[in-house]
Amino acid sequence: MKTTRRNFLKNAAIGAGTLAAGKASASGPDPLITEVQEWASYTGAGVDETPYGLPIRFEEDVIRRNVEWLTASPISSINFTPIHALDGTITPQGCAFERHHSGAIELSKQDYRLMINGLVDRPLVFTYADLERFPRENHVYFCECAANTGMEWAGAQLNAVQYTHGMIHNMEYTGVPLRLLLAEAGAQIADNLWVYVEGADASSNGRSIPMQKALDDVLVAFKANGEALRMEHGYPVRLVVPGWEGNMWVKWLRRIEVTDAAVESREETSKYTDVLEDGRARKWTWVMDAKSVITSPSPQMPIEHGPGPLVISGLAWSGHGQITRVDVSRDGGVTWEKARLGRRGDSKALTRFYLDTRWDGAPMLLQSRAMDETGYVQPTKHQLRDMRGENSVYHNNCIQTWAVNELGVAENVEVS
Amino acid sequence: MSKSPNIFLPVLGATCIVLGAAYGLSTRTYKAQEAELAGIAAQAAQTRAEASEARVSTLLARLDDVQSKADQAIAIAGSAAGSAPDPAPDFSGGLGLGRAALPEELAAWDVDIMPDGRGLPVGRGDVLTGDELFAEYCASCHGDFAEGVDNWPVLAGGFDTLADVDPVKTVGSYWPYLSTVWDYVHRSMPFGAAQTLTDDEVYAIVAYILYSNDLVEEDFELSHETFSDVAMYNTEGFVVDDRAATEYTVWSAEPCMENCKDRVEITRRASMVNVTPVDDFMHPVMRGDISKQSAVEPSVPRAAQDAMADLVAAGEKVFKKCASCHQVGAGAKNRSGPQLNAVVGRTAGSVEQFRYSKVMAESGLVWDDTTLSGFLENPKGYLKGTKMSFRGLSKEEDRMAVIAYLRTISP
Repeated sequence: MKTTRRNFLKNAAIGAGTLAAGKASASGPDPLITEVQEWASYTGAGVDETPYGLPIRFEEDVIRRNVEWLTASPISSINFTPIHALDGTITPQGCAFERHHSGAIELSKQDYRLMINGLVDRPLVFTYADLERFPRENHVYFCECAANTGMEWAGAQLNAVQYTHGMIHNMEYTGVPLRLLLAEAGAQIADNLWVYVEGADASSNGRSIPMQKALDDVLVAFKANGEALRMEHGYPVRLVVPGWEGNMWVKWLRRIEVTDAAVESREETSKYTDVLEDGRARKWTWVMDAKSVITSPSPQMPIEHGPGPLVISGLAWSGHGQITRVDVSRDGGVTWEKARLGRRGDSKALTRFYLDTRWDGAPMLLQSRAMDETGYVQPTKHQLRDMRGENSVYHNNCIQTWAVNELGVAENVEVS
Repeated sequence: MSKSPNIFLPVLGATCIVLGAAYGLSTRTYKAQEAELAGIAAQAAQTRAEASEARVSTLLARLDDVQSKADQAIAIAGSAAGSAPDPAPDFSGGLGLGRAALPEELAAWDVDIMPDGRGLPVGRGDVLTGDELFAEYCASCHGDFAEGVDNWPVLAGGFDTLADVDPVKTVGSYWPYLSTVWDYVHRSMPFGAAQTLTDDEVYAIVAYILYSNDLVEEDFELSHETFSDVAMYNTEGFVVDDRAATEYTVWSAEPCMENCKDRVEITRRASMVNVTPVDDFMHPVMRGDISKQSAVEPSVPRAAQDAMADLVAAGEKVFKKCASCHQVGAGAKNRSGPQLNAVVGRTAGSVEQFRYSKVMAESGLVWDDTTLSGFLENPKGYLKGTKMSFRGLSKEEDRMAVIAYLRTISP
């Protein structure tokens, strides 16, 4: 990736002051129209130039990014989806955030094995080809890291929606319902039983899932957005645990064990537990509560067109089901107006919202507030802190504020 | 669960039925003869008249039915969306796919340890052996005394910090089960060479980690037999997710839409801490080309702003030394020290409900650059008798930085 001359010039032009220039005022005929451009005369690229396509070079900003000071090593780290630049709801695999505990591994379909054991009649081993012979389903689900927005507990910190809310992706997953694999092995079924799932990589990430959830909507998935999973997302097989924290979506899934208790693995005791103000900690906080954020305008997406028609756009989601409503405030939460949902009905998936409005050029304090089918209303940061204190890392689903100034530049802030 | 959607569902359902019927009728009668239509209409009118009374009661019954279906729909709303696919079929008795897992395979992969110790292999290792192994395999990341290097996890200490703003969560202070430590070291460590330690080596390393947390004596040997003798400090420190009771009930009221607050003020800005990574591909405002002049106090020259932002960022780091006793920001509370919101400009000893030392309460000091710097350099020397046990910030740059940081903290 490098800065192209064209891109540099474009950026330089924006930097020179067109940010608040309003609509382009043509001082004469536009040469882009009156003169024959090279692309209108010369031929373009042939069909085989890129056997697997990448985004056009002008989209260089739309990349995953890392916050290096967060972790000791990129091998055990996380990066962030460029949600500021995406629209609609589907996250392309190539820019969907990654989180590894011991790095992304290369595991081929030929070398892939899945074991199912524990409280089952028939401990079994499946190959990848075996999995493709089970009935499969397609579902769009969001996957959010429990630590998404975690750096914002103590105060407004990272000045980019990509960093504050980018530990999330939303894909159409294809996979075998876990209940079918459990049935195949003759698993014991009871409400007090658990299903322990474990990955094949060196971190051996393992999580305990209550049987009820395992039988409900968990998928053993091998495709995302129609194509094979990417290496960084667990190729060839990962678990999909709809609505629940991303750490449970075990990648490179190698073993499923029916147990009579939670294993209490490292990732469900020392990590992914939530310390409360009095020092006690919540455990088994699996569900990702309703949350929303405005993706544009935001610090990476300033208003470049000046006053006039403005599309305020963002994302909302809930691990409890469907998003039923999103409200937007332009004055830091004094008054709210209902936003328009791009599409209704996707449970445990991202919902796009829009507020189609006019901007008068005055400073704004932009906020969004999601509601889900259970009636839950996304809380403010103050409400969260009053409830849990400030010792937590995970499950920060607070209302986010962007301060937009007269020039259209947005900054991550907190308000009273 | 909110009940309000129930009211709307029957209405929507009925609308769909009506629209569906109208559409079906219009297509079916497309080529029908006029006379036939008239006859059908007359017949229908008669039938309608006869049936209307019966229908009222039927409709009432159906309304109940629709309501109960709506209740069901709410209950399974997750999968009941319009776009929900047909579920995959269940095959009773299975499909006969896969093959039996062999005992050797189960032994190789089924190695997780349950909290009660089930799954532990026979073996043993003592603290002193573990000390040597830890130095060889673990110390490069976790430090010789398990204190952690750089951002790598601290494994020892952190006792009595869980109620602090920045809790130190170690094996000793936080981990509830010994099984987890053994299991994790056995399967996931050392980083970069996982699953290479022998069982005895794991016992020894875990014994050393316990020792470094004062959980066992120096002569302790951890084994499958002594495993259950060890009591972890924080076993009782966890509660099962209680959000449904504590939070969902509170945060499900119909939200306010107008006049929801008296006033709004910005209390924090990301630019105060200035830790956002920026690269060449981002929008130019992210690189400071514009935002430094416009987003933050336009009158301050950019170079000065950068310097100030750097100083504040440095000060926030220095403040970590203070944060175990002093809170700042929204909701800051008095801890072993008073909360420090807007401390610059405040009269010393004036935070309500904090029990100051006599000398502090009666000092009459006002906290400004000079007094704060003097106090922070040598607290006990500056105010003999102060309760603050902090030994002081000897470097002037640290004091200037932390004061600059404290200036950014509004009430």
